[in-house]
Amino acid sequence: MELLCPAGNLPALKTAIDNGADAVYIGLKDDTNARHFAGLNFNDGKLAKAADYVHQRGKKLHVAINTFAHASGEERWKKAVDNAVEIGTDALIIADLGVLDYAATKYPDVERHVSVQASTTNLEAIKFFKNNFDVQRVVLPRVLSVQQVRQLAKSSPVPLEVFAFGSLCIMAEGRCYLSSYMTGESPNTVGACSPAKYVRWQETEQGLESRLNNVLIDRYQADENAGYPTLCKGRFDVDGDVYHALEEPTSLNTLELIPELMAMGIVSVKIEGRQRSPAYVEQVAKTWRMALDRYKQSPENYSVEGSWMQTLANLSEGSQTTLGAYHRKWQ
Amino acid sequence: MKFSLGPSLFFWPKTDVEQFYQQAKTSNADIIYLGETVCSKRRELRAKDWLALGRELADETDKQIVISTMTLLESPAEIITLKKLCDNGDLLVEANDLSAVQIMHDLNMPFVAGPAINCYNLSTLKVLLKQGMMRWLMPVELSGDWLKTILMQAEEENIRNKFECEVFSWGYLPLAYSARCFTARSEDRPKDDCQYCCINYPQGRKMNSREGEQVFVLNGIQTMSAYQYNLINEVNQLNEMGVDIVRISSDSEQAFTQLDKFKQQLITPTKHLLDEVNECNGFWHKIAGMSVA
Repeated sequence: MELLCPAGNLPALKTAIDNGADAVYIGLKDDTNARHFAGLNFNDGKLAKAADYVHQRGKKLHVAINTFAHASGEERWKKAVDNAVEIGTDALIIADLGVLDYAATKYPDVERHVSVQASTTNLEAIKFFKNNFDVQRVVLPRVLSVQQVRQLAKSSPVPLEVFAFGSLCIMAEGRCYLSSYMTGESPNTVGACSPAKYVRWQETEQGLESRLNNVLIDRYQADENAGYPTLCKGRFDVDGDVYHALEEPTSLNTLELIPELMAMGIVSVKIEGRQRSPAYVEQVAKTWRMALDRYKQSPENYSVEGSWMQTLANLSEGSQTTLGAYHRKWQ
Repeated sequence: MKFSLGPSLFFWPKTDVEQFYQQAKTSNADIIYLGETVCSKRRELRAKDWLALGRELADETDKQIVISTMTLLESPAEIITLKKLCDNGDLLVEANDLSAVQIMHDLNMPFVAGPAINCYNLSTLKVLLKQGMMRWLMPVELSGDWLKTILMQAEEENIRNKFECEVFSWGYLPLAYSARCFTARSEDRPKDDCQYCCINYPQGRKMNSREGEQVFVLNGIQTMSAYQYNLINEVNQLNEMGVDIVRISSDSEQAFTQLDKFKQQLITPTKHLLDEVNECNGFWHKIAGMSVA
C-alpha cells in the first residue's frame, strides 16, 4: 500500500520524500487544481525540479488537475495536462470528463487517476471511468463507510485509493456548492473552498467573530480555540439550538484502519494537505511511514501507538481526529 | 420554450405526494420529473410506486414524464434499485450520477443529465452526448454567461441540435450531498436510527447564522439554499439564448403558482422585485449564489 503525501511547494515535496512517502501529489500554479491558494503550488520550472527530486529517489509524482475546466478556458486544463506529461509525471489526477477524455486520447500511456472531486462512490460509476477513459485508479470520496469501501474493493475493476488523514471534507467532493453559494467561488470552479479573501475576523463584545463574505460562521469565547471559518464547520442555529450543524472542526485519521485497508487491497493511502507547511508534511509522513512499516513487519501485532495519535491530533483542526464516514456512527 | 416541474427534493407522506401529482396533472407544466433523488431510506414510495405514478401521469396527460434518480449512491442495493428505474421500459430517465449514465448507456437508452452531473464545458458535454444524453441541465452554481459560452460553442460545432438545454430556474437549490444525515443530526440521532425524521420537515429545516440570517436548508443528507432561487426576470433572456426548458422545482404547491407566473412572464415581461430575505439569483449573475443581482 502506497503512502501518498501532499506538497504545496518544493520544500514540502522534499520533506515528504525524505520522510517516507512512496509518492507525492502536487498541483500547478493556477486554477486547474483544487488547492489554488496564494503562494502555493508549482510553476513550470519548479514542476521539473519536483519531478527530478522524486524520480532520482525512485519515488512517484502525481499531478492533480482536478477542478472543472471553464467553458471559456478549456485550453488551460489541456495545457496543464501537456505540462505534467512533459516533465514525466507518473500519474494525472483528473475530475473533469472532458479533461480525462483529452488525456486518454492524447497520452494513452500516462496513468490516469479519477480525482476525489469526481465523486465516484459506486461500482457502476467506476465502470463508467474504466470503460470510457481506461483509468488506472479511482480515489474514493470521504463519504463511504468501511463496509462500503470493502464491498467496492471486492468488485472494482480499478484499484482504489482512499483518504487516510487530514482535513475532513464532509460533503461528497465535487458535489458541494456551499462555498460558491456564500462567496461566488467554489472548489469546482476556482479550486478553493471558503476562500481566504472573504474571511474577516472581528473582536466584539460577544466574542471573537469569524465571517465569510459577511455571513457569521462562528463566534468564540475567550477560552475557545478559533479555527479557520470553513463554512461547513461553524456553529449555526437550527430552531433555537446553536451547534455545529454540519460538522465540528476536526480531521480525519485512519491509523487504526490500516489492517482493514491492507486486507481489502487498497493500493494507496492519501494524506490531505497541499496547503499545509513542510513541518506538517514531515510529521504526518513520518508517523504514517512508521505505522505502515510496523504493520508490514508484524501484521498480527499491529496496534496504534498513543504517541502517533498525539502527533496527528496536534496537527489537526481543533486538535481532534475522527474516523469520519468510515465509521457508520459518524454518519 | 417549455416548462418543467423538477422532482420534489423533500420527503413527503405518500398521500401528499399523490395529491401533489394530482394537481400536477392539470398544471401548466409540459414536463414532469418525479422520483427520489436524495435518500434511499425514503420509502413512502418505492421504485415500483414511482414508476406506477409516472405511468399514470403519462397515460392521463400529454405531458412528458421523466423518472429522476438518486444522486449519491453508495451501496449495491441502491444500484439494484437504480437499475430497476433505468430499465423501466417506457419512461425517460434523469441521471444524477455517472452510475446512471453508465447504466443508460448499457441499455442503449437516451437520458437527461441532471444538475448533479458535473458538466462544466463543451468537451464534457460531448462525452455525455456520446453516452446518449438528450437533455442537459447545467450545475446550479454556473452563470448565464457560462451557459451562453457553451451553447455558442455547441452551435459552432454543429451539435446544438443534438440536445435540449434545461435550466433550474425556481426553488430551493440543491447544493451539497454528504454521507451524514443533517436532519437526523439536528434531532441528535445517527443516520442508522434516523426514524425517517425528514418526513416531519416538508420544507427541510432552516439553518441560520447566530445573527438570524438564513444560510442553508437541511434536507437529510442534502444541503440546500435557504433562499429560493428565482430567475423570473431572466426568462426572456433564457428564451433568447436558446434554452429549451425552464425548470420549476417542486418545493410545494407554490410551484404551480410559479409555473403560471413564469409562463406569463414569457408572454408579458414585467420587472419582478425579488424579496431579498427569501429569494436569490446570484449564481446566474456570477456573484455569491445567495445574493440578489
